[in-house]
Amino acid sequence: MNATANTANPSSLRLVLTLAIAGLLSGIAIIGIYETTLPTITANKARELREAVLKVLPGVTQMQALVYRDGELVVVASPDKDEPVIYGGHDDQGAFVGYAVPAAGPGFQDTIALLYGYRPGDRQVVGMEILESRETPGLGDKIYKDADFVAEFSALLVDPEIVAVKKGTKTGDNQVDAITGATISAKAVVRIINEAHTEWSTRYPAPGSEPDLMDTEVESSEAQP
Amino acid sequence: MKQNVSREEFLKGIWRDNPVFAQVLGMCPMLAVTNSAINAVAMGMATFFVLVGSSFLVSTFRHVIPKQVRISCFIIIIATFVTIADYTLLALVPGVHKELGAFIPLIVANCLILGRQEAFASRYPTKLAVMDAMGMASGFLLALFSLGAVREILGDGALFGFKLFGENFEPWVIMILPPGGFLTLGVILLFFNWFKTKKDEFLEDVAAAQRSEG
Repeated sequence: MNATANTANPSSLRLVLTLAIAGLLSGIAIIGIYETTLPTITANKARELREAVLKVLPGVTQMQALVYRDGELVVVASPDKDEPVIYGGHDDQGAFVGYAVPAAGPGFQDTIALLYGYRPGDRQVVGMEILESRETPGLGDKIYKDADFVAEFSALLVDPEIVAVKKGTKTGDNQVDAITGATISAKAVVRIINEAHTEWSTRYPAPGSEPDLMDTEVESSEAQP
Repeated sequence: MKQNVSREEFLKGIWRDNPVFAQVLGMCPMLAVTNSAINAVAMGMATFFVLVGSSFLVSTFRHVIPKQVRISCFIIIIATFVTIADYTLLALVPGVHKELGAFIPLIVANCLILGRQEAFASRYPTKLAVMDAMGMASGFLLALFSLGAVREILGDGALFGFKLFGENFEPWVIMILPPGGFLTLGVILLFFNWFKTKKDEFLEDVAAAQRSEG
């Protein structure tokens, strides 16, 4: 409001104060918007995760988070940050159906994060959903936009390992038809699942002795690749 | 008269001084996020919000901010609005936010916004500054939309996700890849410059005719 402030040389104190006040007000505004939107954002993420788990494990209606601690899979209500989590899927009656495993790895342009459903009884991958990717629009993004490619993962044997083959040359139940023009992205998806499976397969308990469904529903844990 | 001045400030941003087509500012989001019309519009709206909000504050406080630290103050104001836009988009339209990714925080670095604060908002009364910001932001939104629409129609055969052509349409994939952005922008700039040259020639002819009559 001091009209001469712009013309005369203001003191350093005034400069410092101006910036400090601007920073303070800005900080308050940012904290305000963060606090306001946080519940919605957390709810969105939890809903997305839940939808993804239900999608990759057909028949599942309930889920719980599992972590690997002291040599066995245990049910946790709220996993620690940075602790790898997988999700156990159960049907209406509470019977165990399969695991939903988040995994991530390098794609063509950036990290691809995905979730796949695994039924240990059949030793099959039964579903795959891309959670995050920045693959080339029109080519690499077919790993989630091309329904045929996604459907390849609906009954896929994991033994000895999943292999991506040239489109149209699929012969075995452990093979995936790659995408023409997006071979790198398609192979990356297969590699990510293979790596995650190698890591987790030794940790699963024998089929039939999976952790029972607890009453605690998974709350707001983010998918942790 | 007063009405005319503010209308003039609004309209100049849309056509004569269009931030993209005439000033060639804000090229980074322009090329990066216009691979579909919805992304382009979301980016345009976010920029609109940030530009109008910042211009309002900068113009209101223009006598309080010492000129030695004005740029830092502008950046603080802009960054605050960008953060607000970022979280709001994340909460309301997570899908779009995912597509735009890093380009929302990068609105801070959009030279169009800082440029308007320095060139206009810090020198003119609030009302004019807001009109100017709204004009510039609308011009930017329009430019983003035209680029995004062209690229989505040619590259995906769709507009806002609705398929425009039949099953037999072979998408021109390069249009939604980065080169498509350069091609489309180049053609649009070509048209703008051609139009401007024609208009200048026409005005010269008119002036010459008037001189010879007088």
